[in-house]
Amino acid sequence: MLLALIRRVGQMLFVMFGISVLVFLIFFATPGADPAARIAGRNASPETLQAVRLDFGLDKPLPVQYAKMMTKLFITRDLTSFVNRGWKVIPAVMDVVPVTLSLVIGAAVLWMAGGIAIGLIAAATRGSLLDRSLMMLGLIGVSMPVFWLGEVMNLLTQSRLHGTWLFSWVPPLGYKPLSTDPAGWFLTLVIPWITLATLYMGLYGRVLRANLVEAGQEDYIRTARAKGLSETRIMIRHALRTSLVTIVTLFGLDFGALVGGAALLTEVVFGLQGIGKLTYDALKNLDLPIIMATVMYASFFVVTANALVDMLYVVLDPRVRTRGRSN
Amino acid sequence: MLKVRNLKVSFRTEQGVVRAVDDVSFDVGEGEILGVVGESGSGKTVSLLSVIGLIIDPNAVIEGSIVYKNRELIGLPQRELRHVRGNEIAMIFQDPMTAMTPVYTIGWQIAEQVMTHNRMSKSAARQRAVDLLAEVGFANPAAAVDRYPHELSGGMRQRAVIAMALSCNPSLLIADEPTTALDVTVQAQILDLIQKLRRDHGSAVVLITHDMGVVAEVADRVLVMYAGRIVEHGSKRELFKAPWHPYTWGLLDSIPPMEGARPRRLKSIGGNPPSLLALPPGCAFAPRCRHKFHRCSQRPGLAGTDGHQAACFLPPSERETARAARTPVAAGAS
Repeated sequence: MLLALIRRVGQMLFVMFGISVLVFLIFFATPGADPAARIAGRNASPETLQAVRLDFGLDKPLPVQYAKMMTKLFITRDLTSFVNRGWKVIPAVMDVVPVTLSLVIGAAVLWMAGGIAIGLIAAATRGSLLDRSLMMLGLIGVSMPVFWLGEVMNLLTQSRLHGTWLFSWVPPLGYKPLSTDPAGWFLTLVIPWITLATLYMGLYGRVLRANLVEAGQEDYIRTARAKGLSETRIMIRHALRTSLVTIVTLFGLDFGALVGGAALLTEVVFGLQGIGKLTYDALKNLDLPIIMATVMYASFFVVTANALVDMLYVVLDPRVRTRGRSN
Repeated sequence: MLKVRNLKVSFRTEQGVVRAVDDVSFDVGEGEILGVVGESGSGKTVSLLSVIGLIIDPNAVIEGSIVYKNRELIGLPQRELRHVRGNEIAMIFQDPMTAMTPVYTIGWQIAEQVMTHNRMSKSAARQRAVDLLAEVGFANPAAAVDRYPHELSGGMRQRAVIAMALSCNPSLLIADEPTTALDVTVQAQILDLIQKLRRDHGSAVVLITHDMGVVAEVADRVLVMYAGRIVEHGSKRELFKAPWHPYTWGLLDSIPPMEGARPRRLKSIGGNPPSLLALPPGCAFAPRCRHKFHRCSQRPGLAGTDGHQAACFLPPSERETARAARTPVAAGAS
């Protein structure tokens, strides 16, 4: 089992290396474009261009350029933006990471708890009115675009109903760091969490219900019934336990993508300076160093999340464990 | 011990009501092995599933009476049925490959059942699992207890399933085609095991199968089902010596004879079992029966002595000759 884990980490590092090469090549070796001009941003002076060429070793062969770039990104961490002169890229990314992580982790807790509850209740009461209403609600949740839902939430909690007891606790938009103001951190994030979680909650609830219903046809569920177990125990210890693999797979993909910047719309709507917002602004200004850094960061996060999911499989499914051993 | 009377199970489907089990009555005595034989879809599994209340399809309608140790099981709330299930009546299923939850060790799954029905500590339940695994023939039960189902062969899995079924010393064990999915050599071992368990624990066994050979091996009494009805029942000795129903004849013909010349081909019963949606009005077997005559357009009731009954209109005196007449015809046809 340990060997399987080590091998998976090795694979992960290899994939990350591949991604960094690919991203580097896209930016530095695309034919017909001068990387110096792109790094320097729009309307750069010839002196700036010359400085960039020297700094990034653009007159040297590609492997050297790659090494220089990676050194700047990971070792000296002094990659600077030329659009916002003197802005250090890595600290800029590191500054916004907690915002995105706070948003996504909180929402993830909410949508996993909600999704699993919805799936379990719907599957347990299959065919009933409750089941159908939950699935309908889930569908509505999935269908509501997050920017629209976010704006509606803002409208209600920030203006229309802000005066009432219901939403008077909602602080103005923006992010408060957990370390300095934990209560403010929590309160500002509650509405964004709910907004982001709504979509995934509906999705996970529906997927889990389908999975549980399918598991209900399995022979081992019939065996569990024949053993005289209670329905609750059958549902949770047997059906849910074997359905977890699907949910964990989905979760790994969604979580990785969201932390990698896919939470952009939520961040924009709620005025949270997160990684998505940073990428979006960099793209608007064609700020190549920032784009490089955020793309690398995002891809690394997706890869890490997937590796973690694979490791979770090993924990969740003994059959994966044995396969690793026999190979 | 178990008395089933006029059991009827029907399912509402889009095509209409399907009567999967029609007016089935039988008894199981203490320590007895009852073989229930029939083709797929003859209602044998459904009738026994309804005994332990495992038909959970909301479209199923179950009527009749199932009395187990003087307690009516039909209409018993699920809460109380659960105490019977796995505790007093245990069931093992056809395919050991899929019968256990893949993510738990077999020891965990046996201990789960033990702890459901008995106040017992985790370690005691685990010890019970080890003992049970030893009893059903695991060479190294202390290690096997921590094995996952996928790490065991089919025969070993079925032994583990049987160990689980026995964990609460049930007085009735329902085995639904326990050997069908196994190799022939393993089949024999499992049948031996079931007989040994009956000896050691005194449990009664209902053995559902489509294999007359299996029945001949272990059963005391035999129930032959066709299209949801009982067509013949009697002691194994009587039924094999002088079967009355043409369907039973057909089933017996499907076993290769142990003595005499080897037939070039085994005889088969022509045609297919009828759709339960469109049963013929009279005897359900009539369309496939070579001996049918005018009376077969009515539904025959079970008739005969206490020990041996069949649902067939053929007069008892003609049965022997009719059956004897089959052999040359069938041999010629082959």
